[in-house]
Amino acid sequence: MKLDANIPPGPLAEKWQQHCFSSRLITPANKRKYTIIVVGSGLAGASAAASLAELGYKVNCFTMHDSPRRAHSIAAQGGINAAKNYQNDGDSVYRLFYDTIKGGDFRAREANVYRLAQLSNNIIDQCVAQGVPFAREYGGQLANRSFGGAQVSRTFYARGQTGQQLLLGAYSSLARQIKRGRVTMLARREMLDLVVEEGRATGIVVRNLITGELESHAGHAVVLATGGYGNVFYLSTNAMGSNVTAAFRAYKRGACFANPCFVQIHPTCIPVHGDYQSKLTLMSESLRNDGRVWVPATPGDKRPPHQIPEAERHYYLEEKYPSFGNLVPRDVASRNAKEQCDRGKGVGATGLAVYLDFSEAIRRDGSETITRKYGNLFQMYEKITASDPMATPMMIYPAVHYTMGGLWVDYNLMSTIPGLFVLGEANFSDHGANRLGASALMQGLADGYFVVPATIAHYLAQCPRQPLSTASDAFVAAQREAEGFIRRLVALKGRRSVDDFHKELGRLLWDHCGMARNQQGLEKALARIPEIRAEFWENALVSGSGAEFNQTLEKAGRVADYLEFAELMVHDALARRESCGCHLREESQTAEHEALRDDARYSHVAAWQYQGEAEPLLHKEPLAFADVEVSSRSYK
Amino acid sequence: MSAEKINLTLKVWRQKNSEAAGALATYTLRDISTDMSFLEMLDVLNEQLLLTGEEPVAFDHDCREGICGMCGAVVNGRPHGPERETTLCQLHMRHFKSGDTLVIEPFRARAFRVVRDLVVDRTAFDAIIQAGGYVSVNVGGAPDANALPISQKNAEQAMDAAACIGCGACVAACPNAAAMLFVSGKVSQLALLPQGHPERRERALNMVKAMDGQGFGNCTNERECEAACPKAISIRHIARLNREYLKAALSGD
Repeated sequence: MKLDANIPPGPLAEKWQQHCFSSRLITPANKRKYTIIVVGSGLAGASAAASLAELGYKVNCFTMHDSPRRAHSIAAQGGINAAKNYQNDGDSVYRLFYDTIKGGDFRAREANVYRLAQLSNNIIDQCVAQGVPFAREYGGQLANRSFGGAQVSRTFYARGQTGQQLLLGAYSSLARQIKRGRVTMLARREMLDLVVEEGRATGIVVRNLITGELESHAGHAVVLATGGYGNVFYLSTNAMGSNVTAAFRAYKRGACFANPCFVQIHPTCIPVHGDYQSKLTLMSESLRNDGRVWVPATPGDKRPPHQIPEAERHYYLEEKYPSFGNLVPRDVASRNAKEQCDRGKGVGATGLAVYLDFSEAIRRDGSETITRKYGNLFQMYEKITASDPMATPMMIYPAVHYTMGGLWVDYNLMSTIPGLFVLGEANFSDHGANRLGASALMQGLADGYFVVPATIAHYLAQCPRQPLSTASDAFVAAQREAEGFIRRLVALKGRRSVDDFHKELGRLLWDHCGMARNQQGLEKALARIPEIRAEFWENALVSGSGAEFNQTLEKAGRVADYLEFAELMVHDALARRESCGCHLREESQTAEHEALRDDARYSHVAAWQYQGEAEPLLHKEPLAFADVEVSSRSYK
Repeated sequence: MSAEKINLTLKVWRQKNSEAAGALATYTLRDISTDMSFLEMLDVLNEQLLLTGEEPVAFDHDCREGICGMCGAVVNGRPHGPERETTLCQLHMRHFKSGDTLVIEPFRARAFRVVRDLVVDRTAFDAIIQAGGYVSVNVGGAPDANALPISQKNAEQAMDAAACIGCGACVAACPNAAAMLFVSGKVSQLALLPQGHPERRERALNMVKAMDGQGFGNCTNERECEAACPKAISIRHIARLNREYLKAALSGD
C-alpha cells in the first residue's frame, strides 16, 4: 500500500481554494440521490451531518447516546481558537498555523494545519450566526482570552462551557435537518463493523442498544466521527462511554491507524483517590498562571502542607525552568510531576499528586481577585475533594486527556478505504504529537462544517452510484461476525468483572506506554497484553443476554477491542525511538534530561495496517516542511 | 480529604424493560468511601451484584463531570439528590451518613418512558428542539462574527438560559411533569439574541405545541423545577417564554 496524502499543488495559502475549485461537484438535483452514513454526533459528526443535509444529501446519523446532545465534545471547557485578530495583537492565519505546527512538535502535515487555521475564522462566524452565546465585551464585541502555546489572545469562549455551547449549536442545526426529514437520527446505536465492498466503504453494522438487535445500514459513503481512544487507559478525562470500537473495526477492515502512541496527558487534573475511581476530572490549565507547583524536598515527608516550612519545599518547575517556570507546556509539566512522585516526593494519601499552591498569589493580589479569576474552578474542586484551595494547596496529577493519533486520512479526510471519511479526534490529522489548548473544538468543527462537505462530492462523483442494498455477501458476513462477537461475549461466565480487566490494562499502559517510555517497559507491556486478553476470553463475567438493554455487554465489547488496540499502541511506541510532543522516550534525551526529537529518522506519520494474527505493517508518510523552519523546543 | 467508610441500605427501582412491572429491590452496601461519587457507589453495587450472579442496575451516565446530562435519578424524592446545583455524578457520598437508607428511582413522567431500571427515554426533549430550537442558518453565508454587536448583558443572560444540560430533572421534580423550564431555556436564549428574532414567533408557538404533543404537563408555578435544576436555570426564563408565547399567539399571521 502506498500512502498518498493527496496534498494539492500550489502555494500553501492557496491550496484549499484551488483544491475546492478543481474538485468535482454534484448538482443539487443529484445530491438527494446519495445517502451518507455519519457515525457519531459530537462536534465533528453533528456538524458534518447537518452540513451534508443542508447541501441536499440524505444523511443517516448514528449515536450511541440517547440524544445527539450528549457527546463528550460537550465537556470541553476552555475555548476555541480562531485567527480573527480582533485584539489587534499581531495574530494571523499564518501565526495560528505556525503555533499549531510548532505545538505539535513538527509531526503534523503542513497543508492540513494551514487549512485548519484558514477555516477557523469561518467557524466563529457560523457559530455566532447560530446563536452561540460567546462571551462579549461591554461594547458588544466578542471577547478573547489567551491560552497555552500562544502569545496572542485568540481564544473565543462561552464561560467554562465552550464545548457545550458549540455542540448545542451543531445539535440545533442537526435538529433542524431532522425536522425537515433530511437527516434520519438513529440514537442508542453502537457501530460494530464497517462493510467494505469492492474496496469501498458501503455501510455499517450497528447494535440497537435498547433491543439488542443488529442492524445493517448501507450508504454511498461512511463518515466516522467517533472520537478518541483515551479510555484505553481506563482512567482518563474522557466520558465513560468514549471508546475505540468503531475506529478499530475500520482498522481491521483495512483503514490504516496513524500514530496510535500519540496521547496527550494533561498536567492539572484532580488526583486518583481510590480503587473505585471511575474517571478523572480536569482542572483548567489557566490555574498555572497563579498557582505555584511544589512537593516536599524530602522524599516520604507526610506532614500536611502548612507544616512544611518554605525552605523544605521544592518548587521544581521554577527551579528547573527559570524562564517559563510554572507555565511550561503541558507535556513538560506532566512529565516533571511524574518524576517527582517516582522519587517518593508525591503528596496526598496515594503519593501520586503534587501541590498547586495559591497562597502567594492570594497574599499578592488579595483573595477577592483570586476568587474572581478561579472561583468556579475552586468550587468544582471543592465539590469533588471537600478541600478549599483558598485555604489548602490544591493537589493535582496528570491524566490522559486527548489522543492525537487516529485513523490515517489524506487531505480530503478520506482514510485508506475509499469512501470512509474520518473526522475530529477520530482522525490523526492536525495536532501532530501534541495538541494545543482550544484547538480540538476548532478541528472538529472545521472537519464537519467545511472540509468533508467539500471533499465528499469529489469522491461520490468519481464512483458509479449503486442502488443501496444490505443483501450482499459482505453485509451478511459482517452482520454474522458481529452476531458471533456478541454471542462469544455473552457466553463469558467467568469470575472477573470486565472493569477489573480494563483497570489492569489501563495500569499497564500508564506505567509503560504513558508519559515516559523505554524499550524494556514497552516490551514488557507487549508481552503482557496478550496474556490479559487471553484471560479476558476465559474468565470475564458478562451478565444478561444480547437481546436486551445490557450495559455490561456494551462495556465488554469495548474492553475486548481495547485489549487488541493496546497492542497496536505499544507497537507504535516501540517503533518511535525518539522523544517528541507529549512523550519522552527515555533512550532519546539530552544531557539535561530533556526530550530529544530525532528529525532525521522520525519526521514521518506512522500508519499501521492490520495483518490479521501477524504483527501490523508499518507505512511511513514522510513529513516535509516548506513553509516553517523546523526548530527544537526549549523552555529553560 | 479525610475519607470515612459508611454502610448504606439502598432501595433501587428495578424494571426489566418498558413493558415489565417494576419494584424496589433492597441491597446493603458496606464500607463505602465518603470520597466516592454517587455513581461510583452504584458502580460498587453493580460489581457486587455481578459477582453474586445478579443483574447489575442499569443507569445512564457518561461524562461524570456534570455537563452531558446523561445521568439522573430521584434520590429520596429529589432529582439528582439532596445537594443544590449538583448533578448525580457530582454528588459525593460525604453528604450521607452511615446507616442511611437511600431510595433511588428513575425520573418519572408520562413523556419519559422507563427503558430499564433507572434509564429513561428523554427523546421527547429532542422532539421539542426539532420543532424550533434553532436559528435557520445554513453553513456558508454567515457574516463576520463581530458585525453583529450584542450587549454583554444580553449575552450573559442568553448564556444563563443556554446552560441547560437536558437532563430532565425539572420534569421529574414537577408535580405536573411539565417541561416548561427546559423549553424556556432555549426560547429565552434565542429571544435574547438578535439572531433568534426572525423566527421568534414560530419558535414559541411550535416548541410549546411540541411540548404539549409529547405529553408534558402544564406549569402551575410550583417552582420545583428551579430548585431541582443542576444548572440553576431561573424560572424567569419561563416568564420570558410566556411573554414570547403570548405575543406570538396574539399577533396572528
